[in-house]
Amino acid sequence: MIVVVDYGAGNIGSVLNMIRKVGGQATASAKPEELRSAQKILLPGVGSFDNAMRKLDQLELVQPLQDCAAAGIPLFGICLGMQLLSYGSEEGVLPGLGLIPGRVRRFQFDANHCMLKIPHMGWNQVSMCKKHPLADGLETEARFYFVHSYHYECENPTDELIKTHYGYDFTSGVQRGNIMGVQFHPEKSHRFGMQLFKNFIGL
Amino acid sequence: MLATRLMPCLLMSNGALVKTVRFKNPTYVGDPVNAVRIFNQKEVDELVLLDIEATTHNRGIDYETLEKIVSECFMPICYGGGVNTLEDMRRLFSLGMEKISLGAAAFENPDLVRQASAEFGNQAIVVTLDVKKGIFGGYSVLTHQGKKDTRVHPVEAARKMEKLGAGEILLNSIDQDGTWSGFDMKLLREVTKAVHLPVIASGGAGSLQDVRLAVSEGGASAVAIGSMAVFQGKDLGVLIKFPSRKDQEAVFA
Repeated sequence: MIVVVDYGAGNIGSVLNMIRKVGGQATASAKPEELRSAQKILLPGVGSFDNAMRKLDQLELVQPLQDCAAAGIPLFGICLGMQLLSYGSEEGVLPGLGLIPGRVRRFQFDANHCMLKIPHMGWNQVSMCKKHPLADGLETEARFYFVHSYHYECENPTDELIKTHYGYDFTSGVQRGNIMGVQFHPEKSHRFGMQLFKNFIGL
Repeated sequence: MLATRLMPCLLMSNGALVKTVRFKNPTYVGDPVNAVRIFNQKEVDELVLLDIEATTHNRGIDYETLEKIVSECFMPICYGGGVNTLEDMRRLFSLGMEKISLGAAAFENPDLVRQASAEFGNQAIVVTLDVKKGIFGGYSVLTHQGKKDTRVHPVEAARKMEKLGAGEILLNSIDQDGTWSGFDMKLLREVTKAVHLPVIASGGAGSLQDVRLAVSEGGASAVAIGSMAVFQGKDLGVLIKFPSRKDQEAVFA
């Protein structure tokens, strides 16, 4: 059973719909004990970094998530949920979960790209930085729906899984051991997102 | 490279899918759940769904239909119509909507835009500006399906909404709506120049050439098509359709 962390800062409905569509079984929960007994954990997230961390904290989910990560349970963050895997973000002051070394920065464009809008919103292409089963079958022509103003910067290039170009190349997917995340919204990215969810279920 | 978003803009009225001309004479074009399913199969970039009766007739939000629509849809959907409170918005987001469009409520209660963007993030809050040209050629934003005049110029309104925290502007020309005669390029240029927000051009698309111009000349970040997505052509029968990815790529190349 996949547990989708239901902490009031995520688009739970569409994530559950998509998992169901590709034949997976998922439940939404905010109970620490249900997280601890999960086969896999999915951490969605929209809104601001500090708001999300505060909510996780209020529900006493920070330590259980870190424990699950240490216990080797596959943990998959989507959009803000991926950013929460970091040490922290320029968007806020609270520390993140600290599961993949790195920080989250706001898009900053030089004079040549100053016309680019923030948030980076819409469909964009991805390319793989390394091989991993989560990204199987997404090497060619895959496109995903993005909405974000901040992006991950890994400390270790080996943790970079996917990159995307918007003004410059930024890290749009991360993976370190059983911890992984994507900046885009696979639950809103048609068959490309379905493929990614299938891959996650199959891990 | 980031693709320019092209999206169908669908109008709901009393649970049915309709299409208007200059905001009047709604023609029945089918069942919204079915239509959205077809657009999902066609893998459209995004979808705008506006309930045009929800505010005007105080019908409230048709959650039942919306739930059916989102449960089988794997693209971003922006919903508008009858949204007045944060509680409405929470419920819509938990159903699986990506974005919510505020029209009348953004003018009657501007603080809602601020509160909503603080809670849900500005990327989720779209403000719709329905614009009409007055008899002396000046623009004004109307609400309530074009029945109420806010007497606010769209440029001023767009700037105000940007300050309040809106993440996107859906700029709709009432005069061009359903006419197939192209976008109001003057209006589009004025608004896109005035704000840093992405502006979705809406109202008047009759061809892919119109769509191209809205982006290249009008400065739109995205384009919504209404009649082009539900009719075979001007004055022709209903046909749910959408330009192929290849055609879209050619338009935005």
